[in-house]
Amino acid sequence: MSGQNHRLANSGSIDRSAPLKFQFDGQQYEGYKGDTLASALLANGVHLVGRSFKYHRPRGIMSAGSEEPNALIQLGDGNRTDPNLRATRIELRDGLVAASQNRWPCLKFDVGSVNNLLHRFFPAGFYYKTFMWPASWWLKYEHWIRRAAGLGKAPQGRDPDRYEKTHRHCDVLIVGGGPAGLAAALAAGRTGARVILVDEGTLLGGSLWSDLDCTIDGAPGLDWVRATVAELQAMPEVTLLIRTTATGYYDHNYLTLLERITDHLGTAPDHLPRQRLWKIRAKRVVLAAGAIERPLVFANNDRPGIMLASAARTYMNRFAVTPGRRVLVLTNNDDAYRTALAMHAQGVRIAGLVDLRAQPKGPLVAAAAAAGIAVHPGQAVVATRGALRVSSVEIMKLTADGAGVTGSARKIECDAVAMSGGWTPTVHMFSQSGGKLRWSEDVSAFVPDLSVQAETSVGSCNGAVSLVKCLKQGLKAGIEAARATGYKGRVTAAPNVGEPPQSDRRDLWVVPGKKPLGHAGKHFVDFQNDVTAADVHLAAREGYQSIEHLKRYTTMGMGTDQGKTSNINALAIMGEVLGANVPGADVSRVGHTTFRPPYTPATIGAYAGRNIGAFFDPVRTTAMDFWHREAGAKFEHVGQWMRAWYYPKPGESLRQAVDREVKAARDGVGILDATTLGKIDIQGPDAAEFLNRVYTNVWLKLAPGRARYGLMLKEDGMVMDDGVTARLSENRFHMTTTTGGAAGVLDWLEEWRQTEWPDLKVYITSVTEQWAVASICGPDCRTLLAELCPDIDLANDAFPFMSVREGTVAGIAARVFRISFTGELSFEINVPRRHGLALWQAMMEAGEKYDICPYGTEAMHVLRAEKGFIIVGQETDGTVTPSDLCMDWIVSKTKVDFVGKRALARRDIVSADRKRLVGLLTEDPNEVLPEGAQIVEAVQPEPPMAMIGHVTSSYYSPSCGRSIAMALVKGGPTRIGETLSIPLAGKTIRAVVTEPRFFDLDGERANG
Amino acid sequence: MLLIDCPWCGPRDDEEFHYGGEAHILRPRDAAALSDEAFADYLFMQQNPKGPHLERWSHNHGCRRWFNMLRNTATNEILEIYPMGEKPKTEAGQAAYAANWRRETAAEKNALSGEGS
Ligand SMILES: [Zn+2]
Repeated sequence: MSGQNHRLANSGSIDRSAPLKFQFDGQQYEGYKGDTLASALLANGVHLVGRSFKYHRPRGIMSAGSEEPNALIQLGDGNRTDPNLRATRIELRDGLVAASQNRWPCLKFDVGSVNNLLHRFFPAGFYYKTFMWPASWWLKYEHWIRRAAGLGKAPQGRDPDRYEKTHRHCDVLIVGGGPAGLAAALAAGRTGARVILVDEGTLLGGSLWSDLDCTIDGAPGLDWVRATVAELQAMPEVTLLIRTTATGYYDHNYLTLLERITDHLGTAPDHLPRQRLWKIRAKRVVLAAGAIERPLVFANNDRPGIMLASAARTYMNRFAVTPGRRVLVLTNNDDAYRTALAMHAQGVRIAGLVDLRAQPKGPLVAAAAAAGIAVHPGQAVVATRGALRVSSVEIMKLTADGAGVTGSARKIECDAVAMSGGWTPTVHMFSQSGGKLRWSEDVSAFVPDLSVQAETSVGSCNGAVSLVKCLKQGLKAGIEAARATGYKGRVTAAPNVGEPPQSDRRDLWVVPGKKPLGHAGKHFVDFQNDVTAADVHLAAREGYQSIEHLKRYTTMGMGTDQGKTSNINALAIMGEVLGANVPGADVSRVGHTTFRPPYTPATIGAYAGRNIGAFFDPVRTTAMDFWHREAGAKFEHVGQWMRAWYYPKPGESLRQAVDREVKAARDGVGILDATTLGKIDIQGPDAAEFLNRVYTNVWLKLAPGRARYGLMLKEDGMVMDDGVTARLSENRFHMTTTTGGAAGVLDWLEEWRQTEWPDLKVYITSVTEQWAVASICGPDCRTLLAELCPDIDLANDAFPFMSVREGTVAGIAARVFRISFTGELSFEINVPRRHGLALWQAMMEAGEKYDICPYGTEAMHVLRAEKGFIIVGQETDGTVTPSDLCMDWIVSKTKVDFVGKRALARRDIVSADRKRLVGLLTEDPNEVLPEGAQIVEAVQPEPPMAMIGHVTSSYYSPSCGRSIAMALVKGGPTRIGETLSIPLAGKTIRAVVTEPRFFDLDGERANG
Repeated sequence: MLLIDCPWCGPRDDEEFHYGGEAHILRPRDAAALSDEAFADYLFMQQNPKGPHLERWSHNHGCRRWFNMLRNTATNEILEIYPMGEKPKTEAGQAAYAANWRRETAAEKNALSGEGS
């Protein structure tokens, strides 16, 4: 073990009493509790943690936060493996096993790095240019690209972890637990308002853990953090969430937070979910999301060891880790001087402080000089060296305009570079909220301008640079937010803040190198996707002048980091190329790309939560479900329902079982669980009038006790649903709908009742769940029912076809409908759901002597198709009218109006060219057509052929002893007698057009 | 994720609601008198403005009541909620109502024919 040779002796907020062992790419290391994987690796002197996406260049840790573009890690194995995690956000734990990504066979020797030598062949738009032709090869290209590029590996199987969701309301939601966020929480919390403060890290306090040169009220900043957190924790209405990322900001102050509950524990206790998705509706939101430091774009700025200056400061001050022993600082502003001074104070040698500004001045500059740090004003780093870690840089004097360098290069040895290009406010959440951004010259970045939701941005995400401003803005926003939600309280006075004052920046969006851009080394802009300044120039020259086009063409900002460190640099370079010297000069010309949720990559499992497996979609079962299962039925899903499909006897195929069931229903007695049909109770003095308007046929004169088949249309004339509706009494109807259409029909009726005919006195109630239905049919069914139903006269005269009676069946109060979907004599017995199983069992028992046969939905389909009865959703698809179904008989000619009436007279609806329903009999009686097959008049040697229709239903009919099919064909009945072709893969089936009815053509059997 | 103030139940998440399209599309009284084109204005054509839009919603997974809403489609700001069968009362709502091309259609005139006479 190499030991923690870069760990500082003192300082930091790690727990030195808790050493932890971990593994990275097979090697053992040690760190401390409180480390991140990144800080622990740095403590062991490890910078090289990954290979870049396109060129496979060695990359090191660049940041200390969630913006990290390089240090992507795969954790865990099997179905728990998690790709693309940032080492800077992985909490170290004992036994952690981590692996780098995007390298083969190992980090130090990577085969893909040959891409780096071939870089001339990988320009911007490379994928677009190379893989355009031929289109049929795209699948092969894609495979190759993904293999070469692969960002980690997805698990293959089901996620074994458990995720939860929770919903909360709050008065004030504060995003970010840095100084501004804590100040806002303090001010709001003191009023008694319900406050939620969320931070993605493990410690509240943000930059104050790194910026140890600040004081608050004369004491170290962290004292203020500890006191503030303690006060907030004592407030009963305040919730502090750490390890929680605000991932999305949606309409009406609806935000999602992703809390990582057990990821840092290694093995998690069973009672805890792995992650929890919070869905928050906040009255006010305070955004205190901070800012992200920008890299400088200089030649070969991507070697391991080159990191952000603020990150270097964080590793020094929070984790007691120095990134190197001879650190070069490169900056365009004062802030990096704080890093240099912090390192110097800890005894780390500063190899030089290269400042792009010609004449930097101010207290920090003076302090650096006083400390003996070699400051090189007006100079630039023009080259870096070092294979797997930076070993030296070359610096040269900048020309006055900063566009070039002059004089001779000077080499400086170093083992780390801390760079700072200024700060970019984290405006992601603000922008997601719909707020408008404006370009700020102060920070050379976009800052919040116009809010559109009840939200305020404070602190550095609002462009504030100093700690005192962050605190003041936070306190002000906190009290204002609380007051806006009705709480009263006094303004919390701003504390006295001690911090080093800072002077102006010099933005050099591309730091010039020794040769023209692209000719000596690469100036990386987007480190994760390997996009260089030369790529941005090339894209602009090729005409990609919209930032959205630039993004897609170069893939800039399209990595898992979404360009958090690169966006401003890229669009500023774009702005320069386009002639505007800074984006602010012509923001409308460059603008910014869209900020989309989630803020950082999120686990899909958390969004699914518990809505997986059996909870994904509820399964509805009937009261007789238990019996079907005992009987060995096969089931099918119909909407959310599980319906018995067929009841195979041992050794029987589907076809054999269905043939037997159909025969029994025709020749003896069959029984079907028809519970799932939609049932709607319609009551009121205007109930008949209401039905008259929603059905195509007439309803006013239907006598109580009688039933009628009805067809419902949409207002465009297309068939929407069908079913039998019975008049139970003068003002009460029992409507049935299709199984799948029940909820939609209920909504439909309610919509018309409320929005179009509010004057009608009618009430609509779903009773689908209230009734269990056994449907019996066949020649023996009346005799069977008579045994169990003593109080209803079942004779044809007393209880005619299409009528309803009330009585008892097997001692159970029942509504019995004499209707038929099979064409046979048939009764549908409705009983309260709780008696459904008892009814079924009684029927089966009494029916034994008649060889009663349960039949499933498959036999039901065959039985109805033999009779030519349509199924809505099978013969129809939302483009089929009653006339298309040859059901003109059900459309009233006399009614003035019904829903869909006028549309039936539209030119296109009465066109003779429409597809209409016919029957098809194949030339080979044993050939069963596939449903959905296309029909042609004449077969051509190869497609395309003029398709004149398609098969809607197709079965083998045991009653006819041959196959039958229904189809929608252009011209419909005018083609009866014609032979048409159905071309399939490998063969063509020929079939004769017939009437869409195949059995019991005179309809005698329903009379029994 | 809108927060919709149902007139019967109070503020509820939009998951509970069903969007019902443009409001105030009057159903013709004598549709047979309309040409196919004029009828199509009623049947098919809907507004798609960027800005205030009068539309229908129902609290499908709540009280199941329909109501009208004035919503800014660009910002999702809800400007007014009012009962079925009534017209908007806010200035923005009345302006959106008046600005709709539908007010001049034969379908709407057909729907209003005989009303108030
Ligand atoms: Zn409601």
